[in-house]
Amino acid sequence: MNPETNSDQSQSWHRANRQKIAPQKIAPWLFLAPALLFFAVYVILPIFQSLWISLYAWDGIGARQWVGSGNYVELFDDYRFYTALKNNIIWLVLYMLAVPAGLFVALFLNQNIWGMRFYKSMFFFPFVISQVVVGLIFTWFYNPNFGIIGQVWQFFGATPPSILGDERFVTYGIIFAGLWPQIAYCMILYLTGLNNVSSDQIEAGRLDGAKGWRMLRYVILPQLWPATFLAIVVTVIGALRSFDMIAIMTQGGPYGSSNVLSYFMFEQALSEYGFRMGYGSAIAVILFLIMLIFISYFLWVMYQDEKRG
Amino acid sequence: MTSLKTKIIGLLAGLVMTGSAFAGDLVINFDDPNPAPKAGFEAAVEAFKAAHPDVNVIVNINDREAHKTAIRNFLSADAPDITAWYPGNRMAPFVDAGQFEDISDLWASDANLSRNFEAIKPTMTRHGKQWGVPYSYYQWGIYYRADIFAKHGIEEPKTWNQLLSACDTLKANGITPFTIGTKYLWTAAGVFDYLNLRTNGYEVHNALTAGEIKYTDDRIMATFKNWQTMLDRCSFVNNHATMSWQDAIAPFANGEAAMYVMGNFSVAAYKDAGLTDAQIDFFQFPSITPGLARAEEAPADALFIPSGAKNKADARKFLSFIARPEIQGAWNKTIGQLPPNSRAPINKADKFIVEGFETVSTAAGLAQFYDRDAPAEMASEGMKGFQEFMINPDRMDRILQRLDQVQKRVYK
Amino acid sequence: MFPTPIEKRHHNRQLAYKVVVPMALLLWLLPLIAIFMTSIRSAADINTGNMFGWPSEFQMAQNYIDVFRNSEAATYFLNSVKITIPTVIISVALACLAGYALAIYRFRAALPLFFIFVAGNFVPFQILMVPVRDLSVQTGLYDTVTGLVLFHAAFQTGFCTLFMRNFIKALPFDLIESARIEGIGEFKIFWYVVLPLVRPAIAALSVLIFTFVWNDFFWATVLTQGEASKPITAGIRALNGQFVSQWHLVSAASLMAAVPPVAMFFLMQKHFIAGLTLGAVK
Repeated sequence: MNPETNSDQSQSWHRANRQKIAPQKIAPWLFLAPALLFFAVYVILPIFQSLWISLYAWDGIGARQWVGSGNYVELFDDYRFYTALKNNIIWLVLYMLAVPAGLFVALFLNQNIWGMRFYKSMFFFPFVISQVVVGLIFTWFYNPNFGIIGQVWQFFGATPPSILGDERFVTYGIIFAGLWPQIAYCMILYLTGLNNVSSDQIEAGRLDGAKGWRMLRYVILPQLWPATFLAIVVTVIGALRSFDMIAIMTQGGPYGSSNVLSYFMFEQALSEYGFRMGYGSAIAVILFLIMLIFISYFLWVMYQDEKRG
Repeated sequence: MTSLKTKIIGLLAGLVMTGSAFAGDLVINFDDPNPAPKAGFEAAVEAFKAAHPDVNVIVNINDREAHKTAIRNFLSADAPDITAWYPGNRMAPFVDAGQFEDISDLWASDANLSRNFEAIKPTMTRHGKQWGVPYSYYQWGIYYRADIFAKHGIEEPKTWNQLLSACDTLKANGITPFTIGTKYLWTAAGVFDYLNLRTNGYEVHNALTAGEIKYTDDRIMATFKNWQTMLDRCSFVNNHATMSWQDAIAPFANGEAAMYVMGNFSVAAYKDAGLTDAQIDFFQFPSITPGLARAEEAPADALFIPSGAKNKADARKFLSFIARPEIQGAWNKTIGQLPPNSRAPINKADKFIVEGFETVSTAAGLAQFYDRDAPAEMASEGMKGFQEFMINPDRMDRILQRLDQVQKRVYK
Repeated sequence: MFPTPIEKRHHNRQLAYKVVVPMALLLWLLPLIAIFMTSIRSAADINTGNMFGWPSEFQMAQNYIDVFRNSEAATYFLNSVKITIPTVIISVALACLAGYALAIYRFRAALPLFFIFVAGNFVPFQILMVPVRDLSVQTGLYDTVTGLVLFHAAFQTGFCTLFMRNFIKALPFDLIESARIEGIGEFKIFWYVVLPLVRPAIAALSVLIFTFVWNDFFWATVLTQGEASKPITAGIRALNGQFVSQWHLVSAASLMAAVPPVAMFFLMQKHFIAGLTLGAVK
C-alpha cells in the first residue's frame, strides 16, 4: 500500500472526527435557536416583566409609579379578590367531575356496534367548537324568558330560575356549560386508553373472578393511569384558564358574583373601566403562583417518567 | 369637458387655499358603525370635503366598545388627527395625561363656538380650558306605552305620588310598570341618577360623582329609600340582570311592561320592535322633592384632537366646521338626537326631538350620566352596587359602605 | 375489551343498548340541535316567541346569507384564516427543529429546556397579557394579523415542542446513529432521515394547532381592536352586540364560526385524536 495515501486517509479520518464532535455540540443550539428566541420573547420574559409591573401603579398611558407591595396589600384587602378566588376553587373542584364523567361516557361507548365510530365522533363534537360559541349556546339555553330552561319550567307551571342573573346559581351554570366540552375531551382520552388495555390482564382478572366494578377498580383503572393523568392535567389547566365562557356569558356578573381570577385580571387591566395594569399584573401573579403548584407537580411526574424511560 | 372643468375648479380651489400650509391627510377615528350614526357622520364628512377639497379625509369607524379600549393605544402609538370621545370625567384621564390638545383658542376665536354652545361648554371644560367640540346630545326620561296608559286611564305622571299610583293601576291590571336590562349595568345608573337628581338635585349629583360626599350620606340614603319604594310599588321586570337594554325592549313591545327609563337613542329600537309612533310617548322623570330645580341627564358625544395629531390645523378646521348650526342640524336629524348648537335647527316632525329639546333647554342643569361624571373605577363598582341593590334591596347598608371604601381608594 | 362486548350479552340487552346510544347522543347534542333549529327560523318566529315549535318557514340560506351581507363576518372569517394558517406553519416548523434537538442530542441543558417549554405551555395567559400587549403596541404589531400570528406561533411552540420531542424520542435511534457513521451532516439527517418519519406527528399537530388558534378568543380580544384584524371568535362577540335579540342571526353566525374546526376534525379525525391523546397510552 502506498504510505502517502495511507497518511492521507488517516488525516482525513482525524478531520472528520473533529468535525463530527464540533457539530454535535453546536447543532442542537442551532436547531433550538428559533424556537427558544420566540418562546423567550413572548412567554418567558413577559412572566418576569409582569412580576415587575405588579410593583407599580400604571394606567397604561402615563408614567409608572413605584408602589412596591402596594398592589398586593390592596389585593388582599379586596373583597372582589376573595369572590374570584372562591369561584376559582369551585371551578377547580367541580370541573374535576369531567374526569369521572368522561370515563363513564367512554365505558358506555366502548363497544363495537354498527355506526359506533360515528357515535364516538359526535360525542366528541362539543370539544371542537370554540368556547365562545358554547358560551353563546348556553346563554340562550339558560334564558328564563325564551330559553329551553324557561320553556321546561313553564311547562310545569313554575317560574323559571334566572340562572345567569342569580348570584346563587350563576357560577354553577357557567361551569355546567364548561363541562360539556371538557367531558368530551376526557372521554376521548379514555377511549384511546381503553383501546390499549391489555386483554391478557382482563382475561387473567376474569379467571380470578373479577367482574364489573372490581374489574374496573383493580385491573382497568391502573392501566388507564396515563389517560387519567392527562385528563387531570388538561382539566386543571382548563379550570384555571376559564375566561372565554365568563366573558361571553356574564362578564363576571351579576355584580361581580361569577368573577374568577382570570377575568378579574382582565377587567382590572384592560376593560372599559379598567386600565390598572399594575393591579391587574398583581392578580395575574397570584393566578400564576396557583398554577405553578400544579405545574410543579406535573413536571415532577414527568420527570419521574423520564428517569425511568 | 366636464372633467376639464373639474380640473380647473380644482386648480383654482388649490390656488385659493394656498393659505392652508398644512393641507394633506386628515385621519378621523369615529366610534359608531350602526347605520344611522354612520350615515350622519359620513354626510358631515362629505360636506367638509366639498368645502375643503384640498384636505384628504381618511375615516376609520370602529364599534363603540372596541373604540373605548382602542383609544388608549392609538393615542400614544398612532394618533389620528381627530377622535370621537366623551366629555365630562370620561375625558379627564386623557386631558391629565396630556394626550388631548387644548383647543381653548378655537373656542375663543370661533364666533359660532363661543356664542352658541354656552349650555354645554362646562362639560367640555377641564382646568379652565376646552378640549373638544360636541356634535350631539340626547335627553333621558321615561318612555311609555301611550296605548296602555290610555286603556287604563293613566295620565302622564308629574309627581312622585302620581307615578306610584300609576304603577298601582298597572300592577292591578297585571302589567309590570317598568322594563330594564341591567346585564351591562349602565341602565341601572340611569335610574339612580334620576332618583338622585329628583331627590337631591344637581349639586348633590356633582358632589357625589366628584367624591365630595359619601354614599352613606343621609341624602344618598334618601335616594336609595326612594328607589326601594320604586322597587316595591312599581317593580321592574324579572330577570333584568340577564338582559341587555335591547333585550328589555321585548316585554315593552309585547305589552308586559309599560315604562322604560332610557335615552332617546332607544326610540329607533322600539320602532324596529314593531311599535308605532302612536303607541309610544315620552315624559320627564316626575319630581320627588317639591321645589327642587329640575336637572336632566343629557350625555353628549364629542370630537377631540389628540396631542399626537399630525395635522392639527385641518383638524381645527374640521371641528369648527362641524360646530356650524346647519351641519349640526342635518347630522342630528339623521341620528334622531339633539344638536348642542343652540342655533341649529331641530327636526320638528319628530315628537321625541321636540319634547327632548323642550326638556333639556329648560333644565336647570345637565348631567352627563353617572359613568361619565364619576371616574371609571368608581363608576364600575358603583353600577355593580346599583344592580345588586335592585336584586337585593335589603343589602342597602352593606352596598353603600362598600362603595364608601371604593370611593376612599379612587379619589386619592 | 372492557366493558364486556355487548355482542356477548343477552339479545334484549343488545337491543336496548342500540336504542339507548342514539337517544343519549340526541340528549348530549341537544343544545347544538336547538341552536341549529334557531338558525333556520325566520325573524317573525323569534319576535313572536316561537322558539321551539315547528318553524313557520325554513330560512336557512336566507339567514346565513344575511349574516354575511349585513356584517363584517366575511372579513372576520378571512382574518381567522390569515391568522391560523401561518401560525400552524411557523409553530410546527419551529417545534420540529427544537423537538429534534431535545430528543436526539445528549447535552446537559436538554431536559431543563424541555421542561421550560412544557411549563410555559401551562402558564395562565394573564401573566403574559400586559407585557405582550405592550410589546405589540411598541413594535406597531398591535391590531395586526402579524402581531397575533407571532404571538400564537411562539406560544404554541411550547406544546408542539413537547409533542415533537416525545415523538422523535420514540423513533429508533439506530437510524440516526448509522446515518452519522455514514458521515451525513446533522441538518441532512434531520431533513432526510427524521422529517419523513415525523409526518404523522406534523399532521396531528397541524390539525390541533389549527383548532386551538381558530378558537382563541382571549388574545383576539387583547391584541386586536378593529375590523381589519379581528378574527371570527372576537367577531362573533361584536356580531352578538350588533344583532341583539336577533337570535336567528347570532346562532347562524356562531354555527358558521364552528364549521372550519369541525370540518378539520371530521376530515382528519385519526390525526386529531392521535395528537390529542398522545401520552394517554404508554
